[in-house]
Amino acid sequence: MRNYLYLFCLLLGVWLCLSSSLHTQEVIAGLIVSFIISVLFGRWYARLGLPPMSIKRAWYVLLYGIKLALEIIKANFDVAYRVLHPALPIKPGIVAVKTNLKSDIAKFILANSITLTPGTFTVDVIGDRLLIHWIYVESEKLEDATQRISEKFEKYLRVIFE
Amino acid sequence: MLAAGAILTAIGALFLFVGSLGILRLPDVYNRLQAGTKCTTFGSFFCIIGVGIMEPGWFWKCLIIALFILLTNPISNHALGRAALKSGVPLCPKNVVDKSKEFKEYRENREEK
Repeated sequence: MRNYLYLFCLLLGVWLCLSSSLHTQEVIAGLIVSFIISVLFGRWYARLGLPPMSIKRAWYVLLYGIKLALEIIKANFDVAYRVLHPALPIKPGIVAVKTNLKSDIAKFILANSITLTPGTFTVDVIGDRLLIHWIYVESEKLEDATQRISEKFEKYLRVIFE
Repeated sequence: MLAAGAILTAIGALFLFVGSLGILRLPDVYNRLQAGTKCTTFGSFFCIIGVGIMEPGWFWKCLIIALFILLTNPISNHALGRAALKSGVPLCPKNVVDKSKEFKEYRENREEK
């Protein structure tokens, strides 16, 4: 049931942004079309395995969004600094990281967040391990790298998805 | 309004420039991907939002485009990096650690089980 609702809200949101008006006709057309599509295709959307809604989860989604935005800004200045520095201060390497998240969608979001944060991007995911390219390697050990790279996101995602 | 939009677009263009400079300067494909993704995400996000602010009628459409870029950029980056690693593109000599071999063994062990 909740998957139908999520899909309905998403479609309606996209429709309202695209039409960029709140005329009664537009809103009614959007409501009808979103309803039909979510009834027809909600079943496939359920495969994502999104968790049920709660106030705590919504709050953590918001916190997570702020954290991610800050990290993206930091990442850009970090890369800009490395590129513009005449000596090119890089120490690249490929390290592995462990995750405790179970569901695929949570791991997907974690991998994408890691890609957007300073100096790291996800190369491959298998089971509970993530292979990460790090532009300035601070630690080669699994636990240490996990602490530095993924822990800051994982503590939010653990609350959101489990 | 016009000035604010122009400033945002200029910031975006600056980051896009840094990103392309990074692609020129950094040594191997993985490091280039780092510059390529991060700066283009931020740069194009700001450019598009700036255009949206300059033309208020387009703002919400621009927001949708910007969010779409924010969602899809890391995925394309991941696909390129994984393809490069799988087809055996060499790492640059500055590289200090490479766990991908161990990772491969880990994957094979998992598949046998």
